[in-house]
Amino acid sequence: MNSGSCSSLMDVGYDHHHHHGHEELHVLAVDDNLIDRKLVEKLLKISSCKVTTAENAIRALEYLGLGDQNQHIDTLANNDLKVNLIITDYCMPGMTGFELLKKVKQESSYLKEVPVVIMSSENIPTRINKCLASGAQMFMQKPLKLSDVEKLKCHLMNCRS
Amino acid sequence: MELVQMQKSLQDYTKSLFLEGVLDSQFLQLQQLQDESNPDFVSQVVTLFFQDSDRILNDLSLSLDQQVVDFKKVDPHVHQLKGSSSSIGAQRVKNACVVFRTFCEQQNVEGCHRCLQQVKQEYYLVKNRLETLFKLEQQIVASGGVIPAMELGF
Repeated sequence: MNSGSCSSLMDVGYDHHHHHGHEELHVLAVDDNLIDRKLVEKLLKISSCKVTTAENAIRALEYLGLGDQNQHIDTLANNDLKVNLIITDYCMPGMTGFELLKKVKQESSYLKEVPVVIMSSENIPTRINKCLASGAQMFMQKPLKLSDVEKLKCHLMNCRS
Repeated sequence: MELVQMQKSLQDYTKSLFLEGVLDSQFLQLQQLQDESNPDFVSQVVTLFFQDSDRILNDLSLSLDQQVVDFKKVDPHVHQLKGSSSSIGAQRVKNACVVFRTFCEQQNVEGCHRCLQQVKQEYYLVKNRLETLFKLEQQIVASGGVIPAMELGF
């Protein structure tokens, strides 16, 4: 497993150029593959989303305040960090995207309602159905394209209004 | 060389990479994500891909050279390389990884060795081609020109 420096567990990206009057979607993107993380981050930023990336499910849970040692980030109370969408790769070492999905859906907080999108390079119907049955909003085939993210945004915006 | 000539050379070169199957449409997706605010996006991502892949191929060589090959180590590496090559549009590398994984599943050491050679070959090819492509782009930019948009009708 890669080990980055202790200080940079995840990136927080904020695109000032695309700040609209209404709320921007804040997306937490989880993927163990560095190239895929860069790509999904760019796709989301170009689609006017605020993006936080995590390199594995554990880091993602920690960011959401669901870490093992109940590591509550002080600023979690701040609206800025509220996540509107979680997009995660399915196949990750350690905890899979599916397990992450289940953990999020088990929550009693606002997190339960946060849409979780699963990505995978493999098109396996039983896998897709399993994810959808456990509450995944959508399943997306990798590699992601701009049109996929645009469709996703439309879908989510419609759900929110 | 005139700017127009350089731009034509770049287009022809890029087109040939698609026709040879070295790159697929996912590479065009990457190019679509590049803009004035991030003019080096493609080369940044591709550079990351090179660094990551060099490391993975090295690890794979080491793993396959062990007395007893641990396929639980080998397969995730190939999966990783398959994923990143697919994400940047390096079609032939991705396809070679797909074959590699089937030999991993079969725990076929000989087959895996052959696959690793194949993957390396395809990887060095795409690396070489993309480095050339970026050089052509740099020459155009250095001459004050813009990179022509890729024509999709071929």
